Amino acid sequence: MKSPEEIFNFLKEKFGNSVIELKTDKPVDPYIIVDPIEVDKICLLLRDHSELQFDSLMNLSGIDDANGDKVKDENGLESIKGGTLSVYYNIESTSIKHKLTLRVSTNREKPEVVTVTEVWKSADWHEREAYDMYGIVFLNHPDLRRILMPYDWEFGYPLRKDYKNPEFYRGMKVPY
Amino acid sequence: MGLLDQEFTEGNIVITKTEDLFNWARLSSLWQVGFGLACCAIEMMATSASHYDFDRFGVIPRPSPRQSDVIIISGTVTLKMAIRVKRLYEQMPDPKYVISMGSCANCGGPYWEHGYHVLKGVDRVIPVDVYVPGCPPRPEALLEGLLKLQEKIKNESIVKKSA
Repeated sequence: MKSPEEIFNFLKEKFGNSVIELKTDKPVDPYIIVDPIEVDKICLLLRDHSELQFDSLMNLSGIDDANGDKVKDENGLESIKGGTLSVYYNIESTSIKHKLTLRVSTNREKPEVVTVTEVWKSADWHEREAYDMYGIVFLNHPDLRRILMPYDWEFGYPLRKDYKNPEFYRGMKVPY
Repeated sequence: MGLLDQEFTEGNIVITKTEDLFNWARLSSLWQVGFGLACCAIEMMATSASHYDFDRFGVIPRPSPRQSDVIIISGTVTLKMAIRVKRLYEQMPDPKYVISMGSCANCGGPYWEHGYHVLKGVDRVIPVDVYVPGCPPRPEALLEGLLKLQEKIKNESIVKKSA
């Protein structure tokens, strides 16, 4: 079993500046912030290294950090400019029995993260959901379509903090 | 019912009005579309199963809308599903009936305010005959809803549908 500190130091040695920071703030589990463009290579090493063997992606979730500036347009509608969207990876080794959380942050205006579907197949639908709900684009994803919302949904990404629901969708009234 | 309340003059003749005969036939074998949406569908299946036994009222699930008489909207109708629900309804032959089961199908239920993906009541896309309240309704409540629908069909006129 390896502690997050040990894993962080190991990754820092291998990947240098792509491994950004280890956060150990209580009460959440420690997590490692990495570069969204290098995350696939880091994950591949985490999976294949004999002392790490992270063979299972337990969860992958998108987050709207909502840390940008709130801007009001002429109609008084509030939206968020700047700031970041994040993706969290909860991974586990079923043989060594240790767990780790990774985080990548990408800018809100052009959110791009490299896919980890090549590393863990189960990431496919998780990433599609993160795309569907937050608009995070996963580069090199084999099939990046919406997964829950209708394919022709053109009113944005519903779990973003500044999302506004439309009045009508295909002639159906949406608000109560 | 009106079918068997007339006098028998001959042993093998029953006299009734066509309207009553049609209504009796319709309400006695309501085939429902084999279709469920959410947790209400579990209650609907329980109603179909042996303990509550929907079949004693002539209700059986039919896995084709083209041979069904009633569709039970059992659960949350999402905007994506609403299009499919509408299509299923349109594929059913007339006369057709709709039972809206549970709060979600009635008015959006717990998703009424923040459900960005939920249609706030299935009556926004198809006409509903009977609303069954509950979250989810117990099988007894669904049975009551069915009896209400039968009551409604019983009073239908051949010239115009009452719904």
